[in-house]
Amino acid sequence: MPEREAGGSLGTPTDEVRDFLRRRREQIAQRWADEPLFRTVFTVSRDEAVEAGKAVVDALAQVADAQRVEDPDAAGFSAVREQLARMGAARARAGLSPSQMAGELAALWPPVENLLVADLDQAPPQGLRECSTTLSVLLGTLRLVAMQTALSEGQALIDRQRLQLLEVATPVIKLWDGIVAVPLIGTLDSARSQVVMETLLNAVVEQHARFAILDITGVPTVDSLVAQHLMKTVAAARLMGAECVVSGIRPAIAQTIVHLGLDLGTVKTRASLADALGHCLHELGTNIVQASDSAGRR
Amino acid sequence: MHTAAGVEARLPIRSDMDLVWVRQHVRQAAARLGFGLVDQTKLVTAASELARNTLVHGGGGLMEASHVVSGGVDGLRLAFSDSGPGIPDLDRALSDGYTSGDGLGMGLGGSRRLVHDFEVESAPGAGTTVRVTSWVTGPRHPRGGH
Repeated sequence: MPEREAGGSLGTPTDEVRDFLRRRREQIAQRWADEPLFRTVFTVSRDEAVEAGKAVVDALAQVADAQRVEDPDAAGFSAVREQLARMGAARARAGLSPSQMAGELAALWPPVENLLVADLDQAPPQGLRECSTTLSVLLGTLRLVAMQTALSEGQALIDRQRLQLLEVATPVIKLWDGIVAVPLIGTLDSARSQVVMETLLNAVVEQHARFAILDITGVPTVDSLVAQHLMKTVAAARLMGAECVVSGIRPAIAQTIVHLGLDLGTVKTRASLADALGHCLHELGTNIVQASDSAGRR
Repeated sequence: MHTAAGVEARLPIRSDMDLVWVRQHVRQAAARLGFGLVDQTKLVTAASELARNTLVHGGGGLMEASHVVSGGVDGLRLAFSDSGPGIPDLDRALSDGYTSGDGLGMGLGGSRRLVHDFEVESAPGAGTTVRVTSWVTGPRHPRGGH
């Protein structure tokens, strides 16, 4: 590495910062390794923390080289995005709030600043100030990138769990030859009712079902949108030759539907799943009879 | 005259997920005030309809919930406000089966029948505010004009 000439004139602040980062890569990474953010995440060995620090310094130097110190989307950051996400996730697991995490990220700044000041102590004060500002902007952008990454990880997790819930919550149960039932649980929004309709229609085909029971015992609120979804599902099933019965209509729900003015006249409804099954069996011509109690008496 | 005990909660209505939160909040608040199961369900359903109107037609807004007392009777007042396009023809919007979207058109008129007091403030371009109130024991409360 070429040593700076004492008292020499400075290049542009961004170039100076880039050269400084490249020159002091090792020292910066060593100091960062002692900061909580790196120390607590890379616990296997200190070398690991130092290596991670070097990767971040390299990314910063690359961003400075591209003259994009204020741009969180700069190409240089993509190399460390995954690592930052891992660090963020580890700190979040340790129970840190976003603001505490931002604090730990901010703590990366003073050690670098000290090195910069020591490095450029021969430079004119104006130049030093400009370099210091540029470096601070660059580290600010790093903070932004790290926080963005951490937050988008959280959002991605929520999206994944939502999808999982969609799948988990819509089992189709075969109750009898030709009778399937879907117990609906929770909120029946547009996305979920779409899944319900698809799984139900598939089950109607696969099971050669003539009857499909939609049980809404587990749906806490039946408003006009839920009713609309139910009616659409019933109509679609009817087109495929299956008769739908909506069961599990609790007294409070029944009164609400009446006051709301919803007309479920086209939909066959029953109070309980057992009633619905009884109705379907009857329609199929299957009768359930009590076994004679002769087993013990003969 | 009512004495309002102040707004107790402000909930944003920005997405489908917020509707879930609105329903849960109203259900819990109603249960805390001693609403019976049927009245709880009615109020929650009305809140669900009105919150969805705020979201779909008003482009999002917020719900304010407050505990009100009148003549010794507890009530829950919900105000749904948005700064959307407003309702040009209120009478038509309140009639059953009329919809400007692709819903059933039962939201506004239906929710009026689910609560005790219902008032709409709206003007084209000036947004919409719907205030509804339900009382813990309906018959004991003088409902005025019902």
